Amino acid sequence: MTPDQSLLDLSDTFFSVAVALYSVALVSFCAQLAFGRRPARTRELVAAGGVATPTGGADEAPTAERSRRGERWGLIAIGVTVLAALAHAAVLLCRGLATDRLPWGNMYEFATAVVLVAVVVYTVLAVRSPALRHIGVFVLAPVVLGMVGIGLFLYVEGAPLVAALRSSWLGIHVTAAILGFGIFLVSGIASVLYLVRVKDEAKPVEEQGTGFVSRLPSSAALDRLAHRTAVFGFPIWTFAVIAGAIWAESAWGRFWGWDPKETWSFIAWVIYAAYLHARTTAGWRGRPAAWVNVVGLVVMVFNLTFVNLVSSGLHSYGGV
Amino acid sequence: MTITAPPRPPAEAPPPPRPSAGRRLTGRLLALWRRLTAMRTAIVLLFLLALAAVPGSLLPQRSLSQTNVRQYFADHPDLAPVLDRLYLFDVFSSPWFAAVYLLLFTSLIGCVVPRAVEHARSLRAAPPAAPRRLLRLPDSGEVTTPLEPGAALDVVEEELRVRRYRVVRRDGRDGPEVSAEKGYLKETGNLLFHLSLIALLLGLAGGKLWGYEGSILVTEGQGFCNSFQQYDTYSAGPLVDSGDLSPVCVDLEDFRAEYEPDLTASKFTADITYGAPGEEGRPTTIGVNDPLRSDGDRLYVTGHGFSPTFSVTLPDGTAITDVSVPFLPSDQRTMASEGALKLPDVGAESDEQLALEGFFAPTGLVQGGILTSVDPRPLDPQVAIVAYQGYLGLDSGLPQSVYSLDASQIERGRLAEVGAANLSLGESLTLPDGTVVTFSGFQQFAALQYSHDPGQVWVLVSAIALLTGLLGLLLLRRERVFARVAPAPTGGGTVLTLASLTRGSGESGPRFQALSDELSAALAARAAARTRAPQPEVPPRDS
Repeated sequence: MTPDQSLLDLSDTFFSVAVALYSVALVSFCAQLAFGRRPARTRELVAAGGVATPTGGADEAPTAERSRRGERWGLIAIGVTVLAALAHAAVLLCRGLATDRLPWGNMYEFATAVVLVAVVVYTVLAVRSPALRHIGVFVLAPVVLGMVGIGLFLYVEGAPLVAALRSSWLGIHVTAAILGFGIFLVSGIASVLYLVRVKDEAKPVEEQGTGFVSRLPSSAALDRLAHRTAVFGFPIWTFAVIAGAIWAESAWGRFWGWDPKETWSFIAWVIYAAYLHARTTAGWRGRPAAWVNVVGLVVMVFNLTFVNLVSSGLHSYGGV
Repeated sequence: MTITAPPRPPAEAPPPPRPSAGRRLTGRLLALWRRLTAMRTAIVLLFLLALAAVPGSLLPQRSLSQTNVRQYFADHPDLAPVLDRLYLFDVFSSPWFAAVYLLLFTSLIGCVVPRAVEHARSLRAAPPAAPRRLLRLPDSGEVTTPLEPGAALDVVEEELRVRRYRVVRRDGRDGPEVSAEKGYLKETGNLLFHLSLIALLLGLAGGKLWGYEGSILVTEGQGFCNSFQQYDTYSAGPLVDSGDLSPVCVDLEDFRAEYEPDLTASKFTADITYGAPGEEGRPTTIGVNDPLRSDGDRLYVTGHGFSPTFSVTLPDGTAITDVSVPFLPSDQRTMASEGALKLPDVGAESDEQLALEGFFAPTGLVQGGILTSVDPRPLDPQVAIVAYQGYLGLDSGLPQSVYSLDASQIERGRLAEVGAANLSLGESLTLPDGTVVTFSGFQQFAALQYSHDPGQVWVLVSAIALLTGLLGLLLLRRERVFARVAPAPTGGGTVLTLASLTRGSGESGPRFQALSDELSAALAARAAARTRAPQPEVPPRDS
């Protein structure tokens, strides 16, 4: 069937709206960091507490001690992020309706969906534990950059699926891959922030920065966030790889053939397996484990960008 | 060399007797084994495995495309042989890749098997006795209750059993105590996950050893039988006996490609018949994402294309009619295809051979003398051909592609261009010596692949077990709870010490708090029930 052009245009409009709203949310999160200054005394206490009890509660940076203004900005930011995510979802919804298929048939749609999953995962976490609202900037900045990059470099017109993608496995394998990737994205960001934060916490209290670093959640909370999301994402990614193998068996004549995409998915799987092991192994806990998680994210991004755009494999579909 | 030894202090004890060589070797091996099976080594090996896979995706691999490897050799004549000696074009079957994963799996077996034995033992054993100093555990606390010690411990035991803990009550040295444990399935999941990995590897290996795969281009109306001689290319595991191939013959009756209005290919279907040789074939239809599965073998359509048909009339009147030759698609979107027709046995003189190299467009458009294809459907098929006469080099002993001419023969001038033309259906090109080449028609061909992988089902089952184990491992929690009672020092009532241990989770604090709150509430409820003696018992849980 011929795609419905007006719906496709609407989808593109929603894309712009989503990017604009994410930018607004980003500014609001910045404002929260800027105005939500804690009195220095409290900050020291909290920082010291964070070091002493690495297994403390999730929101040990108590919201009550924050200035009301910062809190308000945080709420605004979360609200705008939710609106932006709705517009973001509408991008995919319109595409799907216009082309009468699942809206992840090419790299533009896939990447858009991955970013949406990351935003939704973060928003759910931030609504549940207010301490995580302080990392909004660091989630939304990559989101805005990513969306702009996707719009500039990966955009393709909505079109019907090529024959090879017309299988119910598209809904299973690709959906799982999108979920896994989106969740790992949040996990990776948390690990990067953990690395920044733990470096600051290692300093004596007087020398600790007073900038944004001090307003991040404690390193323990960030580490926990990274681990929990990775634990959540790992079985999904495992399932995505297995489902991909089952699909490959019926589409390409073998369940595993070391196609570049398969190879890099395997590499990512191995790296995340290493991360989950590292986090419970003496000598790897803390910073080394976090670095492993960051490497995992780099591999995921490489798998999306380089493998799709540069190397040619069986996963090259839909223009890009 | 002689050295005067410094005087030894006389009081020194004689050194212990050196262990025997055998024992030293055993000791060293044991140490090596311990190091190999340590988790740190496993993490390093995981990294090595990931790293080892990288060149396999960045360099062309023989298992994926022989053509790309040959191209790489042509582009990098100095570098390629060096890389080849390092197995970098066969990464995934290279000894060093195997070394990494075999070491990793050895490490895994060394880690998992003892754990499995230990787990089997603990499944039958009672939860371990409570540690002496419960308050030293990270999650611990004290609750006082007016109940006497025995009754308080009864309440704790009941509460823990309701929460599906396995509970044992002991009279320890430090007072009556309760040990409880739950979440054994977590470790079961962990073991299942790791053992499935081993099963998966075995399945993969079995498939590689006993599996085979053959590919062939089949033009409509023709067929093939499952034997290695017939395939254009095939690969087979070392334990495959070519006599064991399932006796199946396949005929391609009809091939159809369907397109969306924007020319996106929507469907490829091939009507085939298959059956044992000499038997009436069973008809069926296969397509993309829809292979034929029969007796552990699979038949796929992996591609399609056009075979233009040519008729050649030689100057002496000899006619060779309707020679069909498959052209390989060079652009899947428009199905522009390239190929060559080689006729070694024409011409009056024996060394005069004829060849056509050409370009096929299902829907041709000629602009400025150049033919391009604008549509993948065969609406107006045209060919652009270049005719050569001379020596093809087919008997030179060097293998050459059937889809192109040997360029070196052209360079050496042994094969000379004698004419070129763009032809529509039915049109002809007359060569200087009077030979007439006619573009007489076209047929469609399908690229078919016949596969046999006996390990495949085994791998699938392992993968499902792996995922199941992983979910159990990651979602379940293994918790131990200990409780000990002592009479309250102030007299009357009991001090209950509670502690818990959670394996592999940093978020045990809030859960312990919740448990201890619930236990205190249950104790309080029981105490309240006691004071109002005749009343029925208050339900033990209040949350």
